[in-house]
Amino acid sequence: MTGRAMGVHNGRWRVAPYGRRAVLVDLDGQEDVLGLHGALDHEPPEGVVELVPAARTLLVRFDPERTSHERLADDLLRHSTVDVSARAGREVVIEVRYDGEDLAEVAECTGLSVAEVVTRHEQGGYVAAFCGFAPGFAYLTGLDPALHVPRRATPRTRVPAGAVAIAGEYTAVYPNSSPGGWRLLGHTGHPVWDVERARPNLLTPGTRVRFTRARR
Amino acid sequence: MTAKLEVLKPGPFTTVQDLGRPGLAAIGVGRSGAADRGALRLANRLVGNPEGHAALESTLGGLALRASETVTVAVTGAPCPITAGGRAAGPNAPIVLRPGDGLEIGTPERGLRCYVAVRGGLDVAPVLGARATDTLGKLGPPPLVAGTTLPVGQVTLGPPTVDLAPRPGLPAEPCLRITPGPRLDWFTADALATLVSRPYTVTSDVDRVGVRLTGPPLARAREGELPPEACVPGALQVPPSGTPILFLADHPVTGGYPVIGVVGEEDLDLAAQLRPGIPVRFALSRLTA
Repeated sequence: MTGRAMGVHNGRWRVAPYGRRAVLVDLDGQEDVLGLHGALDHEPPEGVVELVPAARTLLVRFDPERTSHERLADDLLRHSTVDVSARAGREVVIEVRYDGEDLAEVAECTGLSVAEVVTRHEQGGYVAAFCGFAPGFAYLTGLDPALHVPRRATPRTRVPAGAVAIAGEYTAVYPNSSPGGWRLLGHTGHPVWDVERARPNLLTPGTRVRFTRARR
Repeated sequence: MTAKLEVLKPGPFTTVQDLGRPGLAAIGVGRSGAADRGALRLANRLVGNPEGHAALESTLGGLALRASETVTVAVTGAPCPITAGGRAAGPNAPIVLRPGDGLEIGTPERGLRCYVAVRGGLDVAPVLGARATDTLGKLGPPPLVAGTTLPVGQVTLGPPTVDLAPRPGLPAEPCLRITPGPRLDWFTADALATLVSRPYTVTSDVDRVGVRLTGPPLARAREGELPPEACVPGALQVPPSGTPILFLADHPVTGGYPVIGVVGEEDLDLAAQLRPGIPVRFALSRLTA
């Protein structure tokens, strides 16, 4: 198999082994990832212990005592259509003060005015697609294509908690202060991550998100 | 009265670890926990604890503790010189410390990490159900500093039942078994053969996140980067330089470099003992055990 794509497929998705206890499902796009994640979360195949969605893939960890790569691949590939209803997640509204350091730069990059950048960001309907980078850091899809800008050439050493930022096709709220290369549009006081809460992460995969401009 | 362990010297890097936070990757939280899980489990069993109790993970020794009350401890993992109450003591065995007794862990002759369990476990505050320090996700207690006081818990299974658990030594040139994929198609046809052909060398870039290796580069068949995708411990991620990074306990939940192979769970404890400068080999293994 060396040099060729591994695994089995159903014409749309490919399932490849990822070590002895996981498979990686390659999907067409974020929509399919969310759909398959929703469907499997709702009705997990035998032996599945964890689902980890990402941009184009879904990692499915399993207990090798209860299933095998082959059996699990069969179970997964049978889901040839995604359960869209399973994706109707709850909606969270986050109030943002659009005072980010990179607003002018983003305006310049996109050829829009600062006001238009803010309006387009505020008007988007977003879905938390997956988490990564840091605990509670959710990649939100649905960003207006006019706002797709590359991340900064040199990341900041410190981005404050609550920073609302964009990079590529995603927007996000920094859950904690950390280094970061995303473009800062503003900030929110809405706590998206709190380990003391029963649900520490406000923006779990599938959650719909809206941003509204903070009133003074 | 609650017993305490006082940290006199933390050594180069010592953290509190248990078996981590499994099942939370979808919210961006990795499993973390002891890098050498077998050594943590053994240390706990030796002192009559449940296997997942919180203990200390010491990197390259240099650790000195003092007990406030009579406590039973055990040291496992990389073999290192041990002094307890001023007298030499052995690894992989329960050791009783009297009130005021010190426990000193020297530098391991081989391997990287040793574990100190105390009967009752370390009763630090749990975060998301675990006491492990996730160095990348910044969860759990901070790394030890001199003066840190660690409360000892009360929950045990029963009295220690063995005097010694004989353990094989660590190999001078460890061999880690891998299964190929999932991104073999990102590499040239001979990359996998290259990976298993000659030993790699462990660089000084070693921490709980991973081990950067140097050796025969693995040539890419494709340019560019992958969109972020989930990782597992043991994944061999290959950045554009072509030399792999082996992910350990605190690996990022998602990564953007293609993974050529995965070190099996059965060899991860050995991987956690990889020390800068030593050679390491990879061998192909079957997907089903």
